[in-house]
Amino acid sequence: MIDFHLRKALHTAAGPGHLDVALTLAPGELLALTGPSGAGKTTLLRLLAGLDRPDGGFLTAAGQDWYRAKPRRWLPPQRRPLGLVFQDYALFPHLTVREQLAFAADGQPDNKQIVNELLAMLELTELAGQHPAQLSGGQQQRVALARALARRPRLLLLDEPLSALDLPTRLRLQAALAEVHQRFELTTILISHDPTEIARLATRVVELALGQVRRVGPPAMPAPSLRGTVLAVLPAGRAQVQLPGGAVIEVTLGRAARVGEELELSVTVA
Amino acid sequence: MLPPDYWQTLRLTLALAASTTGILLVLSVPVAYALAYGRWRGRPLVEAVVSLPLVLPPTVIGYYLLLVFSDSTALGRFLINNLGWELNFSFPGILVGSLVYSLPFMVQPLQAGFQQLPRSLPEAAYTLGKSRLTTLWRVLLPNMRPALLNGVVLTFAHTLGEFGVVLLIGGNLPGRTRVASIAIYDEVQSLRYAEANAYALTLLALAFAILVALFWLVRKNAAHLSA
Repeated sequence: MIDFHLRKALHTAAGPGHLDVALTLAPGELLALTGPSGAGKTTLLRLLAGLDRPDGGFLTAAGQDWYRAKPRRWLPPQRRPLGLVFQDYALFPHLTVREQLAFAADGQPDNKQIVNELLAMLELTELAGQHPAQLSGGQQQRVALARALARRPRLLLLDEPLSALDLPTRLRLQAALAEVHQRFELTTILISHDPTEIARLATRVVELALGQVRRVGPPAMPAPSLRGTVLAVLPAGRAQVQLPGGAVIEVTLGRAARVGEELELSVTVA
Repeated sequence: MLPPDYWQTLRLTLALAASTTGILLVLSVPVAYALAYGRWRGRPLVEAVVSLPLVLPPTVIGYYLLLVFSDSTALGRFLINNLGWELNFSFPGILVGSLVYSLPFMVQPLQAGFQQLPRSLPEAAYTLGKSRLTTLWRVLLPNMRPALLNGVVLTFAHTLGEFGVVLLIGGNLPGRTRVASIAIYDEVQSLRYAEANAYALTLLALAFAILVALFWLVRKNAAHLSA
């Protein structure tokens, strides 16, 4: 179980702010962290990982103090059993895929086996001899995930791990994430902006805004969306749109449409 | 035609440049690391001290070191009487002078090298349980090979061209403190232009060859890292 209340001054593009977040995570939970940029999501992840020092509060994990303002306690990142996947992946340019994992697993009794297992699990065996610069974005992401897991962490922190990837790659990696979360019995915190991704993976969502928790709850299924083509433009910002099945509907756009224009429509129940 | 002690002088010149480079490489890594990552108070002061040899006339450095090494200062008396180190007019003396004189040429490329690495690289190593020392040795240094190469080559070449510091501390003792740049000055003073030319041409060729090698290696390295 992870229990924390952390405070930290924020320096965002919109000016100075203050992060103040208290949460409790159950073991095995997959928590999604969402919110606009500058809300403090990455800062919170860095505080949990021990890469930045909080200004006040506490952080305990499995009964162990990782941080406490009074009496002063501080566990450096090296001694926190966690894995962090950085937004830019932070792969070591001079090491091959296998060497990255071996470096991370170094010092564990069955490290060779862990490395081979992770390479196989994340479909990296064939790429084991490659350097990061030779890999695609999705492949680099899998290496970063495998490397974070090689240390056998209890807590996995993911900073927008899939945002830079194309849709098919993202779907494959979502499946991989769900699998490793289950298999290694992890507690996971995932920063994501994608409601579909959150709904698919997370057990709970925390929305941050300006450093505060704005909403906590179960992930909301996003409204299903449809693509349609404008058939005819009607007066008063309305248009006739043909849906993929062939059905034709009338929608209010509030702007001028062009015939042949592709529209993305979301369906909400009023 | 070659001057009589051409090879001796050249050997001494290269020995000075090589030992200066080797020692500075070891010394500068922690200094550059502290300057690149540290957020301590005295940082601007240390940065200024490290950069001072860039702007000071070498004779100023040489003069003060000559003074410090002599028995007219407490430190000098300590060095001579307690440690038995007579640094003035000796090879160890000009080596210390070279270390001071070339320090910024090693520290600055290394500091820039550290600063150019993404912050997430060392941080990733920390979250993988690696100590700062392991991270420095196995993650940071291997990924700043161009910076290391730059520091080594610039320091070596810069020490080859040193004149004022060596002349003041070491004088012009053949086989002990007379390096090529001083030999040029000495030969010209004696109107032996052919001998001066032998040294001058050697230094010119050496400097050019070193720089060509540097640019070639940096290119090769860059190609490797981004291949």
